[in-house]
Amino acid sequence: MTTMHRFANPARFVRVSSAVLPWVTALAVLCIGSGLYFGLFSSPVDYQQRDTVRIMYVHVPSAWMSMFVYSGMALASAISLVWKHPLADLAAKASAPLGAGFTLVALVSGALWGQPTWGTWWVWDARLTSVLILFFLYLGYIALWEAFDDPQRAAKAAAILALVGAVNIPIIKFSVDWWNTLHQPASVMTLSGPSIHISMLIPLLLMALGFTFYYVAVLILRIQREIVARKIRALRLMQTEPAATPVFGVPAQ
Amino acid sequence: MLAAFFRLFGRDVRLALRQGSAGTSTVVFFVLAVTLFPLGVGPETAVLARIASGVLWVAALLAAMLSLDRLFQADYEDGSLDLLALGPLPLELAVLAKTAAHWATTGLPLIIASPILAVLMQLDGAGYLTLVAAMALGTPALSLIGGIGAALTVGIRRGGVLLSLLVLPLYIPVLIFGVGAVEASIDGLTQRPQLLILAALSLAAAVLAPLAAAAALRLNLE
Repeated sequence: MTTMHRFANPARFVRVSSAVLPWVTALAVLCIGSGLYFGLFSSPVDYQQRDTVRIMYVHVPSAWMSMFVYSGMALASAISLVWKHPLADLAAKASAPLGAGFTLVALVSGALWGQPTWGTWWVWDARLTSVLILFFLYLGYIALWEAFDDPQRAAKAAAILALVGAVNIPIIKFSVDWWNTLHQPASVMTLSGPSIHISMLIPLLLMALGFTFYYVAVLILRIQREIVARKIRALRLMQTEPAATPVFGVPAQ
Repeated sequence: MLAAFFRLFGRDVRLALRQGSAGTSTVVFFVLAVTLFPLGVGPETAVLARIASGVLWVAALLAAMLSLDRLFQADYEDGSLDLLALGPLPLELAVLAKTAAHWATTGLPLIIASPILAVLMQLDGAGYLTLVAAMALGTPALSLIGGIGAALTVGIRRGGVLLSLLVLPLYIPVLIFGVGAVEASIDGLTQRPQLLILAALSLAAAVLAPLAAAAALRLNLE
């Protein structure tokens, strides 16, 4: 709890995250680079799918990230609503376009993979449909942020929406699963251990780690950018009305 | 508290009825939207019978969604919402009363209109009763979930498009189980599980949605 509030200070966050950022970036480059090498050159071709199986190394990690980012966004929204943690707002806001991007990559790479293996770009299957709905939820969340002029109110409204979405995602997923299915079930995170060969599992996990580090790195950059944008906004307000609200992240004079 | 709840419910229903066009325009939209489908896909009875349950549910979803902006907008603009928030009735219950009134003036007419439209759409005879039951169990969830979207967008100019973007993805489970119930009874299977799930969705929404909608209203009233 106290550690959480220590990082509520934007200036401290900028200091700590700037120190972490190069390491995270290096790890992202290392993991994605080696993952791509193992995935594209030194992993076996599938006996049925030939080389198209290599789409998996982009498709599966981005699909994981699409869910992971939404969970993170919902968690940050809950923290911002309960403890009014200023950085949680920014983290949730900064996550949304990233999550939407991962979801879009999962959808597009899935379509490119579906064409050679299933013979069609798109089917109205449970997995595909629920990921598409997740994409719409991200878009709604981003649109709600844009709709308010006052960032404080936008943050609260968006946090409520993210939590409503978090309650609904399992329901939507369950209803869609029940409705129609063609996509294969999970084959890595199962109780009986992964059903995928180790030579494919290693590049897959490397790519997943790399995507996560990439997400963290861009998230840090976006939060820092947002802090600067708010400072500029507050300084502009101060110029017009000297007795305006205190500057975000700047100690009161 | 119960008296205040029913007073508010009665006020909203009376307001909607005296405005006249409120309840009827939703039904007219519902009828028109369904009418477009035979014109679009062609009048073959076999095709219409196949898509009837889906078309009726989609049109009902859109009709329910289009009426949502009325839910809080007028009260927000003339300031009654501020008084409701200050009044003795908890805002959560006020939201529940208002959504119940919204359902009574829009969901109920849709339920009454749906069997007539089902005839026009050549729905299989076995599906009629289930369609009405599924609509009766599912439309409260539409009003309740829609209430969250309406409360979030109440202070926003031209919030209509945003409202649809927020609400429609959340309506999908109701659509799937609503259509599933009708299809099951047409195929001679039991429609019981789908109807139970629809009831569960409405009940869960009745508990959770007013909390979220009241939080959103408080934020917009600050």
